[in-house]
Amino acid sequence: MMKPVFMTYTKKDLINLAVCMVLSVLVIPTFITTEYWYTSILIPWLCLALATIGQQIVMGYTGQLALGAAGFMAAGAFAMFNLILRVPDLGFVGSLIVSGLIAAAFGILFGLPSLKVRGIYLMVATLASQFFIIWMIDKFGWFKNYDSSGIITAQDIVILGKPFTTPLAMYFVCLAVTTVLTLLAMNMARGSTGRNWMAVRDMDIAAESMGVSLLRTKVQAFAISAFYCGVAGALFAFCYLKSLEPVAFDIKLSFKILFMCILGGLGTINGAFIGAAFILLFPVLLNAIGNNVFHGAIDATIISSIEQVIFGGLMIIFMIYEPLGMAKLWENIKQKWKTKYPTMNIKNLVSSIGKKS
Amino acid sequence: MAQERKFKIGKPILEVKNISLSFGGVKAITDTSFDVLEHEVRAIIGPNGAGKSSMLNCINGIYKPQQGTVSFKGQQIPNITPNIMAQMGLSRTFQNLALFKRMSVLDNILVGRRLHTKTNFLEVAFQLPKVKKEEKMNRDRSEEIISFLEIEDIKDTPVGKLPYGLQKKVELGRALATDSSVILLDEPMAGMNVEEKRDMCRFILKVNDELGTTMVLIEHDMGVVMDISDRVVVLDYGKVIGDGTPDEVRSNQKVIDAYLGVEH
Repeated sequence: MMKPVFMTYTKKDLINLAVCMVLSVLVIPTFITTEYWYTSILIPWLCLALATIGQQIVMGYTGQLALGAAGFMAAGAFAMFNLILRVPDLGFVGSLIVSGLIAAAFGILFGLPSLKVRGIYLMVATLASQFFIIWMIDKFGWFKNYDSSGIITAQDIVILGKPFTTPLAMYFVCLAVTTVLTLLAMNMARGSTGRNWMAVRDMDIAAESMGVSLLRTKVQAFAISAFYCGVAGALFAFCYLKSLEPVAFDIKLSFKILFMCILGGLGTINGAFIGAAFILLFPVLLNAIGNNVFHGAIDATIISSIEQVIFGGLMIIFMIYEPLGMAKLWENIKQKWKTKYPTMNIKNLVSSIGKKS
Repeated sequence: MAQERKFKIGKPILEVKNISLSFGGVKAITDTSFDVLEHEVRAIIGPNGAGKSSMLNCINGIYKPQQGTVSFKGQQIPNITPNIMAQMGLSRTFQNLALFKRMSVLDNILVGRRLHTKTNFLEVAFQLPKVKKEEKMNRDRSEEIISFLEIEDIKDTPVGKLPYGLQKKVELGRALATDSSVILLDEPMAGMNVEEKRDMCRFILKVNDELGTTMVLIEHDMGVVMDISDRVVVLDYGKVIGDGTPDEVRSNQKVIDAYLGVEH
């Protein structure tokens, strides 16, 4: 195992981070000029990856089957809307943090059942958060500022007096928030906090006998998870949807995040990015195939059905053959590559590009 | 043990009084009392189903006995939970291995340092200097335990991939990492070959000798028990049928009957 050189990051992590930063800050903005890439792929990718990290914390690291990520995202998004509207002094970053904290409060509330129920039963219990939060926002007009149209336009993002309204600027906002929170999540996952989570996941009685409090650890994981989802939800609404509607945060989104988490690889941070990229890009790819290979001969509805079928199949295949998901698959490929070509220098570069964190 | 011990056997550190435990109609333990002295190696033996593991689970707070009390370090503990006992300085291993399977050996042992970790998750997230200091301290101690148990070469291996004998060793290491004054070992040598057993005995005695940790162990192998323990308590059908030094126990008629299967 390599020794960390800065915080909990090894030299390899820092190289990966540097490569990712060069790619995302210099290369992408220089070479990608079509708005479509920012507004429809990169921004939602970053937002959903962040939410998936939240899901990873509670499910991949702490082993609590939770299904309500979109509910916490909704809490974060509407908290953000109300904070900018009612407490403008907080500023964008301040509001973002407070929105996360409000979502975290919901996380604590809906994480409490995890002390008594586990597995699939907990999943059902956490569904309550999904439905309760959406219901609450719909029921009380105050959350939507008594807007009758149902869809509220999100306010413009203003940081330190400067507007961030172009797709590129919003992309940078998402990138900055996601990077910082990812680095913090890595510190937690690799430090004593993460060890407590994993101890609870792998053997709770033994963890308790070592002095790990189940109550504190589980509730903490739910709170942090909801914080990440809340921030992701706020970014999702303000940078991607540019509007606020509870319907956008329905159970389908929760499932999407769950799939990202599982396909990416439970208990990995980079898996969150891989899983989110896969689930977002796969439909785009299928559409492209439909349009370019079959020249529109296949109906769009059939393509979206095929998409569902393939996702379902993949979930089953991964659950059986590689429960640790694509992140692990990638590790294995790298390992094979290394043993096959032990002296190749390009391997460092290849591994850096593919591995986000 | 002929040579002088660094840590002399002292006063009772753990006292179990009149414990009765039943699951529905099945009586696992009936009115059992015994004590454990500071710095001693105390064995609990008995045939299968005698209530030995249940006894440890009562001491550790995993089971709640219907009657009886457990006193630790002179204090009677009213509401025992594994967590409270851990905080008071009592650690344990489990019969069927309760390791964190997907974590490395080092990480498993580091979880044992939980009670020596005072920093919270925010401090960990931002890796404040005091987190680094504490982490280094805990890692150094864990490395010490790893080299003490002679498992340096596997420290980065996920525990789930290790053979049984090594996993038992890691579990001992995790219990040691807590720096507890009493360690309960639930069948530390079950399923081991002769060589592994000898190794384990050596470690148990070494820990007791060098750190003065009080060891309470459950074991099936009578030869091993008689060799390493200072005192032995024998359970049968949830009752104490013998208590004393290995020699006393060996000549106890009730114990002989229980082990040879004489009708009661």
